[in-house]
Amino acid sequence: MTDKALAVDEVSKLYRIGSAADLVSKDDNAVVRLLKKPLNNYRKYRSLYRFTEEELQGETVGKDILWALRDVSFNVEPGEVVGLVGANGAGKSTLLKILSRVTPPTKGRCVIRGRVSCLLEVGTGFHSELTGRENIYMNSTILGMRKREVDRKFDEIVDFSGISKFIDTPVKRYSSGMSVRLAFAIMAHLEPEILIVDEVLAVGDAEFQRKCLNQMGNAGREGKAVLFVSHNMAAITRLCDRGLLLRNGQIVQDGTAADVVHTHVSGGHGEAASREWPDMESAPGDDKVRLRAVRIVAESGAPLDSVSADEQVGIQLIYDVLEEGQVLSPYFTIVSDAGIDLFSTTDADASADKVARQVGRYISTAWVPGGLLAGGTHYVRAVMRSVQEQYRPFTERDIIAFNVIDSDSGIFGTGWWEGRPSGVIHPRLQWSTEYVRPEMVIEE
Amino acid sequence: MNEQGHVDTHLTVIEPIASWGFIDMRELARYRDLLYFMIWRSIKVAYAQSIGGIAWAMVQPALQVIVFSLIFGGLLAVDTGEIPYPLLSTVAVIPWSYMSSTMGGASSSLVTNASILGKIYFPRVIFLITPVVGNLISFSVSSVLIVAVLLYYGVGVNLQMLYLPFVFLLMVLTPLSIALWLSSLAIRFRDVRIIMNYIMRLFIYLVPVMYPSEKIPPEFRDIYILNPFVGVIEGFRSCLLGHPMMWDSLLTSAAVTTFLLFTGGVYFRRMERVIVDVI
Repeated sequence: MTDKALAVDEVSKLYRIGSAADLVSKDDNAVVRLLKKPLNNYRKYRSLYRFTEEELQGETVGKDILWALRDVSFNVEPGEVVGLVGANGAGKSTLLKILSRVTPPTKGRCVIRGRVSCLLEVGTGFHSELTGRENIYMNSTILGMRKREVDRKFDEIVDFSGISKFIDTPVKRYSSGMSVRLAFAIMAHLEPEILIVDEVLAVGDAEFQRKCLNQMGNAGREGKAVLFVSHNMAAITRLCDRGLLLRNGQIVQDGTAADVVHTHVSGGHGEAASREWPDMESAPGDDKVRLRAVRIVAESGAPLDSVSADEQVGIQLIYDVLEEGQVLSPYFTIVSDAGIDLFSTTDADASADKVARQVGRYISTAWVPGGLLAGGTHYVRAVMRSVQEQYRPFTERDIIAFNVIDSDSGIFGTGWWEGRPSGVIHPRLQWSTEYVRPEMVIEE
Repeated sequence: MNEQGHVDTHLTVIEPIASWGFIDMRELARYRDLLYFMIWRSIKVAYAQSIGGIAWAMVQPALQVIVFSLIFGGLLAVDTGEIPYPLLSTVAVIPWSYMSSTMGGASSSLVTNASILGKIYFPRVIFLITPVVGNLISFSVSSVLIVAVLLYYGVGVNLQMLYLPFVFLLMVLTPLSIALWLSSLAIRFRDVRIIMNYIMRLFIYLVPVMYPSEKIPPEFRDIYILNPFVGVIEGFRSCLLGHPMMWDSLLTSAAVTTFLLFTGGVYFRRMERVIVDVI
């Protein structure tokens, strides 16, 4: 056996979706069908986890089969911190579920060396009637720790969580933030050889998140293997040495975290600054609203693919309303090259007036003022939502990209400062400096 | 796994659905601390925020004995030979309430914990063992009632009591063996859950709890004792009251339980990994 911490070898996972309606034979009459129903129901249940040889070979392009993972292979060495990146439904969660042994793979095998601790969901196994102290023991043993290890680490866990005052209070009286702190504190002290973390950073305040990230970074330095899944691309680039990009159940890129994040953020759409859907059927949206084009425009209205940091730039959305009655509110999120959401902006007029849109074509443009964005590639997420109900005709991530050129001759760029200013945006702020005579300072 | 508690470098191999085999006892042993806390939790949670606490465990069987004694002993005057009805009933009601509540609890344990099943792995059988062991606490508390009744009716110590550990073991294993089958079936097929509710309520008539088993016509006895619970209840009666042991029912019960335990163990292991996908 090699010294790999984790070896995943051609792992596939199939799910059967939809109904196996073809099991009912057509020529039976109603009575026979009724009698056969329990049998057919049973077959249907069985088919949920059993697959025929052809299906396993991937030869039948069955519409009721979903390859959540397909021939995924990779190794993780001890001490490596690997970020797992992919859109929703790419197979990240399925992979983690297989590695944490919650669900078996349909094909392939994984070999894990040492103890794994998975944090798929924070606070799994917390019981609201039990106190924090009791839950520490409960949850630690669920995660595979022995009681005497917990005894030894108990004080550290409590310190890390920062809720020592409430340790003998039932968890049902905790705020959700407190439960999360406690849960992560437990996980952080598990001392596993392999740590699998799924999106814990979506919860908790900024300070606690920083603590968690540091803890994971330390785990890597201590020679533990970490597999980290997050939609927070900034965290991935900061923490991970290596990235894996999953798309439709397959690994499409295995490289440095920065490269993988870059590919993921650019979303495979390329870096086009405008996109159009001439064909109504393939356009994002539904029977009520269809997206027809997204593009970057200059003040004059002319399409652009790169803009100067000092100039105003318009993000334009062209959409058709096919059915009357929706109060629509388009919004954009500008995402940086590192995958950080910089800001979101919405068409406030539409929401405020609550006027339903008539059938027809609309062109909405959001004007991003000059002197705000930093230099580099920016991505646009375009979302259409309805004001009066939970209805989103489309959410298009990273639909277009545009380049911001932060030239040296701008308001800030004085030319004497080497390199890019730090930070994700680069607002050109009004500064004022007054000279105060030395004797006035002394008098005070 | 080593005793010092540091790095254990055992390999975990994750493969498609396991081949046929019995529940992995070595793995279960690794998780024994979890089992301990699960049991402890179930006891703690059951009596959380109650003033009476564990003493409630005595109330339910006591009420049952009183009601049975009034109806069957008094009103219907069931013939129990020279044994007073309350005595006959007490020694049966208490093991029966242990077995029925354990079987119900263990069989539905996977359903109740479905949310944990989908998120984290540990040997699933721990869910089943938790009520099996946890309910022994209330069983021992309510056993005080047996002792009290035995003393009241002046039943002395007898040699038959040496068989008690065997009967006790059977009492623990019988509900577990059935739950191994039912728990994974219940999570896949709603039908099992629906049926189980009725069965549990009707089952009390199929065991000699309200009546002495002599009431069963001899020609039906062979079928009657196939129910493994019958052997356990008769075993308790014989041991505690000093009657001759009913070996036919006890051994049948032992055989049925052993059979269910092994087949159930194999079936459970086969199913425990796929249930997540079929919930």
